[in-house]
Amino acid sequence: MTQNVSITLQNTPDARPITEAISEDNPKAVVANYPSMIKIDCPNRLVIRADSVSKKIGRAWDTQEIHLSLITLSGNIDEDEGQFVLAWK
Amino acid sequence: MNIDIQGLTLEPRRQTYSHIARRFGADRPASRYEEASYDVQATTNFHHRPLYQPEFQIFDPRRTKIVMADWYKFRDPRQLYYGTYNMSRAAMLQAIDKNFDFIEERAMLANVEPAWLEKVKEYLIPMRHYEWGANANNQLITDWGYGTQITSASAFCGADRLGMAQIISRIGLAIDGNTGDTLQAGRNLWLNASYWQGVRKMVEDSFVEADWFQTLVAQDLAMDGVMHPLVFARFDAEGQKHNGVPLSMLSEFMSEWYADNARWVDAVVKTAIAESDANAQLVSAWFAAWAGRAAEAARPLAEHVLGAAGKSAVEEIADKLMTRAAGLGIKA
Amino acid sequence: MPATKKLGLKQKYALMTRGLDWETTYQPMEKVFPYDQFEGIKVKNWDAWEDPFRLTMDAYWKIQAEKERKLYAVIDSISQNNAQLGITDARYINAVKIFIQGVTPLEYQAHRHFAHVARHLRGVGPRIAAQMQSLDELRHAQTQIHTISHYNKFFDGMHDWQHMHDRVWYLSVPKSFFDDAVTAGPFEFLTAISFSFEYVLTNLLFVPFMSGAAYNGDLATVTFGFSAQSDESRHMTLGLEVVKFILEQDEANLPIVQRWIDKWFWRGYRLLSLVGMMMDYMLPKKVMSWAEAWEMYYEEQGGALFADLGRYGIRPPKHEDVARKEKDRISHEVWAIFYNYTHAAAFHTWDIDDEHMRWLSEKYPKTFDQLYRPRLLMWRDMARAGKRFYNNALPQLCNLCQIPMAFTEPDDPTTICFRSSELGGDRYHFCSDGCKEIFDQEPEKFVQSWLPVHQIFQGNCGGASVEDVLKWYHLNLGADNLDYAGSPEQKMWDQWMAGRHVAQAAE
Repeated sequence: MTQNVSITLQNTPDARPITEAISEDNPKAVVANYPSMIKIDCPNRLVIRADSVSKKIGRAWDTQEIHLSLITLSGNIDEDEGQFVLAWK
Repeated sequence: MNIDIQGLTLEPRRQTYSHIARRFGADRPASRYEEASYDVQATTNFHHRPLYQPEFQIFDPRRTKIVMADWYKFRDPRQLYYGTYNMSRAAMLQAIDKNFDFIEERAMLANVEPAWLEKVKEYLIPMRHYEWGANANNQLITDWGYGTQITSASAFCGADRLGMAQIISRIGLAIDGNTGDTLQAGRNLWLNASYWQGVRKMVEDSFVEADWFQTLVAQDLAMDGVMHPLVFARFDAEGQKHNGVPLSMLSEFMSEWYADNARWVDAVVKTAIAESDANAQLVSAWFAAWAGRAAEAARPLAEHVLGAAGKSAVEEIADKLMTRAAGLGIKA
Repeated sequence: MPATKKLGLKQKYALMTRGLDWETTYQPMEKVFPYDQFEGIKVKNWDAWEDPFRLTMDAYWKIQAEKERKLYAVIDSISQNNAQLGITDARYINAVKIFIQGVTPLEYQAHRHFAHVARHLRGVGPRIAAQMQSLDELRHAQTQIHTISHYNKFFDGMHDWQHMHDRVWYLSVPKSFFDDAVTAGPFEFLTAISFSFEYVLTNLLFVPFMSGAAYNGDLATVTFGFSAQSDESRHMTLGLEVVKFILEQDEANLPIVQRWIDKWFWRGYRLLSLVGMMMDYMLPKKVMSWAEAWEMYYEEQGGALFADLGRYGIRPPKHEDVARKEKDRISHEVWAIFYNYTHAAAFHTWDIDDEHMRWLSEKYPKTFDQLYRPRLLMWRDMARAGKRFYNNALPQLCNLCQIPMAFTEPDDPTTICFRSSELGGDRYHFCSDGCKEIFDQEPEKFVQSWLPVHQIFQGNCGGASVEDVLKWYHLNLGADNLDYAGSPEQKMWDQWMAGRHVAQAAE
């Protein structure tokens, strides 16, 4: 059965490249704007690639920097060096 | 926004919260430390007794034999609240990170005399377990202590101990090239080496003491008062004879931390003692018991590292600790 | 020196964390950890704990220091620039009052009790996660205190929040909730707070509410709220991990966990009815209704979560169907309670204007016009006639959630729902089957509850008259309480706004 995973980020200059990278790397992601925040839903699985964010900001981005922008999420997390994955099994 | 109204109407109607005003007066704005650290803890009308400890209320001053008329006399001389605490530690860490980079880029640990490096693995790496024990003891103080003030400072102290356990782990990984073998070997020493067993037994015995103020005196004054100067000052000084400078650089955090933490510990102990003779007697007895044990437990370790000089090294450290304790009002 | 192996995040975290602990041998483990087995949860292997976020202390210090630098820069600018002038309307601030009276003390309580968990569980993984959360919760309490400190200089009701939290009738709703959790064993506490509250329900508190704050020009609340929320994601993850870990350890744990999930879903849901009122009635500019938030954060996200947990045999919490039936009702019912008793509360309520009613009618097409609009209109007429309605009888409280008994039957929104249980010759009253069942499971625990109305009648709250009790609460009478209309706060705000209009006209 398909269930959405979801991540919500602050609507800040720091978070914007992350949101863009998510949209590009996850074609099925649906982005919704709320005051001061952005909620992204995606069926079953969503990936944030450090490489993609790094390219956008022009320096190496560490997945742990997500903590500075994160508001909430839904799904099981798997975080490692190069990527941050949210998924329902 | 452009608001053009008489300054009069923007006069604050009060300067701070009522509970802060009751303590410090209503006519002055409070500091961030004061608002963050006074009277935040609930004191009355608890709904249930803890299932696991029905003899106590959720927050209960009777969890220690120390008696205070006001539990908010334990002002932290550093006036740390969460924000300043983390910023302070992040700054200390920045220096350490630079040292790690500097030393790893130049492979400077290779300059340390191999025999001394072996000693370092034996005395420094097992300290991560000592720090983990200290972490648990400070969590206990935060759990069962009374009042916002002393328990938030112990929470910071507890976090420091986890941080130091992990910095020591990093040193181990720097030594073995990230295999983790050094950490494993250090753990075996902590569990089995005869020269560590006195310390480990002391730490385990401290875990089963229920009086949290005793835990504070035992861990943060007595045990630390022997172990930290011995390992991070005396052993480190010995290392200078064996090209041990890189290790001093990697453990700089610990020396800086010890001086900082001691300011808080001293203020707390001094305040409790000044409150009453009964408190003074309790603290003095606890200190005598735990400082005595700490010196005894550390001796085999000191002798293992320093040889014949170990005994006198511990005695010197213990003497200094006694002088410090006397300054706080602890009676011999 | 050996060649340095490159370490991934997972390996680095494992090496720096795992193995810090050890089996004690000079003291028996049961004596060192006396509290982690009495609940009947069986743990075979603590090392099976998976750390979802692999934060070492050094990374924690760096990340949190960065967050704090940003946050305090905003807090400084809020007081320097008198940012209270930028909010949409002074009525909005009443939501912030409930926040510091009701939520901040819980953040603090969580700080202390996560330290308890960090000391008293055996596994190093959950202990580290718990102690980081303990620190975070202290952060939340302190940043809320510091941010709201500026509002407290101008607005009423926020000046003695901790004193009030321990005494005022409606604040015993959040207080009794948390007291219940911290007096349970460590696994129930984690299931209650980390899983049921943080993972399943807390989004309903923080996300729409903070987004609402942003929409209403409350820079202060948005800033601490979202900054806190970035920690909250870690806490939610801890909650999910705790439940999965317990369930994977032994199948005998399943019924215990299911019972806790049922209990704490209902307790959390009842507590959040206060948030529902704040969302639907206290935000001058609205982001979403309680019903919409419930659908998005509970029915959709919670639905996905419980579908995922189905593989362990977990089913969705009992009585979620009742919550679904009530979603068009509870915020209105709770607003009515506080409108009745505003004279005894440290925040204001007020007449709901026509535009606001239009919004409520649009968001609640099945209930608002039929059930609630007539009551609001009647109260408006009474107020205009100089007879603003205050209910001078003390309410009967639900013995479990401690909210006045004003919720209605799941299938009949016009009949108050009464349930009761008898114990030792006494009758205990409940607002719902959910509350009654929780009581019946642990009656010896819940007969201890400190029920504000009972306490007032027993003479334990400062005296026999309402005024005595309110003074004992430390309420500034005539300022903290009563309707917004005619309050000192309204007077101050109107002066400010008059100044603003003068300034705009002059431009």
